Amino acid sequence: MTSPPPPRRTFADREDLLGAVMLGPALAYVILLVGVPFAFAIALGFSNATAGSLSFGWVGLSNYVAILGDPIFLRALRNSVVVTVGSQVLVVVLATAAAQVFRATFRGKRFARFVLLLPWAVPVSLAAIAWTWIFDSTFSVINWTLKAAGLLHGWLYWLGDPALALLAIIIVQAWRIFPFATVIVLAGLSSIPQEIVEAAIVDGAGFWRRLFRVELPLLLPVVAVAVLFGVVYTATDLGVVYILTGGGPANTTHVLPTLAFQRGILGADLGQGAAIAVFLLPFLIVVAIGMLRLAHRTEVGGAR
Amino acid sequence: MKRVALYAAALGIIAFAGFPFYWMLITAFKQNRDLYVGASDLSHIPWIFNDPPTLDHVKLLFGQTDFPRWVLNTLVVVVAVGVITVAVAVPAGYSLARLVGRWGERMGIGIFFTYLIPPTLLFVPFSRLISLLGLQDSLGALILIYPTMTIPFCTWLVMGFLRSVPWEIEEQAMIDGYSRLEVILKVAPRLIVPGILTVVVFSFTLVLQEFVYALTFISSVNKMTVSLGVPIALVRGDVYHWGALMAAALFTSIPLAIVYNAFIDRFIQGFTMGAVKG
Repeated sequence: MTSPPPPRRTFADREDLLGAVMLGPALAYVILLVGVPFAFAIALGFSNATAGSLSFGWVGLSNYVAILGDPIFLRALRNSVVVTVGSQVLVVVLATAAAQVFRATFRGKRFARFVLLLPWAVPVSLAAIAWTWIFDSTFSVINWTLKAAGLLHGWLYWLGDPALALLAIIIVQAWRIFPFATVIVLAGLSSIPQEIVEAAIVDGAGFWRRLFRVELPLLLPVVAVAVLFGVVYTATDLGVVYILTGGGPANTTHVLPTLAFQRGILGADLGQGAAIAVFLLPFLIVVAIGMLRLAHRTEVGGAR
Repeated sequence: MKRVALYAAALGIIAFAGFPFYWMLITAFKQNRDLYVGASDLSHIPWIFNDPPTLDHVKLLFGQTDFPRWVLNTLVVVVAVGVITVAVAVPAGYSLARLVGRWGERMGIGIFFTYLIPPTLLFVPFSRLISLLGLQDSLGALILIYPTMTIPFCTWLVMGFLRSVPWEIEEQAMIDGYSRLEVILKVAPRLIVPGILTVVVFSFTLVLQEFVYALTFISSVNKMTVSLGVPIALVRGDVYHWGALMAAALFTSIPLAIVYNAFIDRFIQGFTMGAVKG
C-alpha cells in the first residue's frame, strides 16, 4: 500500500492563484475604466471643470442649484420619464402580443422572425436617421398615407411640434426595443410547464382567461427582465433624440443624455454635463434593485 | 377564424417592425424625381417605384463619400476590440465558473452590473481621460473604451456557458495527470470554442452599433465609424442625400440582422440571468 501523493502546491495547481491571475485583467479593466470614471463622473458634478483646461475646482452644489433652476433641464428630466414610461408600456403590450403570435406555427414564420429582429439589430443611429426621413416635414410617408385614407386634413409637422416630436421619440424607442422584449417573453413562455396550460384548458379557460390568469402571472419575472433592460436602453439612450430632433424645437424635446452632451461636450462645461447625467442614476438604481431581486428569487427558487 | 386573427396579428407586427427597412430599400433605389415629391401630392404614390429603380445613390455612396473609409475604420475597431475582449473576458469567465469557488457567482453579478452603467453617464469623465491620454479624435480611443462595454457582458456569457459544460472532461484530464494549468491551456480551450464565438459576435455587433462614444471622441470625418459617419457626416451642409443615406443604413443593417438571427438564443441566455429555466 502506498499512501496517496502529497498535494502538489506548485503554481500550476493552485486554483486560487490561477483564478486570480485569470480574473485580474478583467477586474482591472472594469475597476480602472468603469469604476474610477464612474466615481469621477460623480465628482465632476461638484466641480467647475471645463473641457478646455485641466483646472478642477470644487464648487459644491452650485451645478445642481443651477440646473434645478433651469426650465430646460426640468423639461428634459420630465421628457426622460415620459419617454421611458411611455415606450415601455407600448413595449410590454407589443411584446406580449408578438410572443403569442410567434409561439404559434404559421407559414413564413422564419421570414417573420428575421423581420422582427431587424429593429434590434440595426445600429440606433441608422434607425434614427431612417425615422427622421419617415417623419420628414415635407415628404413624410405617414402624412401621405393618412391623407390618402382621408384621416388627415391639416398637416402633421412630426419633428417640428414638441408634443408630436415626443410621440415620435416614444414610437421609435418602442419600435427599437419590443423585438428584444418579445424574444425574452418567448423564452419565458417556452419554460411554462405544459401541464399547467393543459389543466387550464381542461378547466374550460378560454384564450384571454388563460393569458391573463395563468400565463402572465407566470411570465412576470421574464417580463420584468425585459422591462428592466428596456428602461436602461431607453432612459440612457442619446442617439434617437440627438438625431431625430437634436433636442429641438427650441430645446423642448431634450432628454437627460442629450442635454448632458450639449452642456458637457459641446458647451465644454464638464461640471454641469456630469451633474445632469447623474440624474440618470435613479433609473439605474431601480433597475439594479429589480435585477438583484430577480436573481435572488431564482437562487431561492432554484431548489424546487 | 383563429387562423385569420393569427395571420392578421403577424402581419401587423411585421409591418411595424419592417416598415422602416422597406422604406430604406425603396428610398435607396428610387430616382430623385420619384423621391422628392411632396407628400401633399396625393396623385403620386410614395410606396412604390413610379419610375424605374436606379443605382445612382449606391454609386454615390461608394464612389463619392467617405463610406468605404468608415467601413474600414469600423473593421479595424471590430478586430481590435474582439481580440481584447476574448483575451480578457474568456479567462475571467473561466476563472469565475471554475476556479474562484463560491465567490464566483457574486463577483460575476458584480461585473455584469457594470454593463448597466451607460455610456451617457461616463462620456463626460471619459472625454477628460481621453484628452489626458492624447487619444482624442483617434480610433485608439474607441479601441480602449469599447471593451468596457464588451468585457462585463462577455465575462458573464462565458461564465454562464461554462456552467452548461460538464466538469467531468476536465476532471478526467486531471486524473490522467494533467496539472490544473495544463487543463486550462490544453483541454479547456476546445470546450469553450462556442462561447468564444459568441463573445466575438457580441463584440462585433456592439462595435457596429455604438454611437455615443464615437460621437464624443471622434471629430474628423475620415476617422469615423459607420454608425457615426452615416448620420453625422453624410449630411452635406443642409442637404440630406436621402437615397445614399438609406442605402448606407440598409447595407449596414442586413449583415447585422443575419448575425442576430444566428446568435439570438445565446444572447438571450445572457440577458435573462437564469430567470428563464431551459
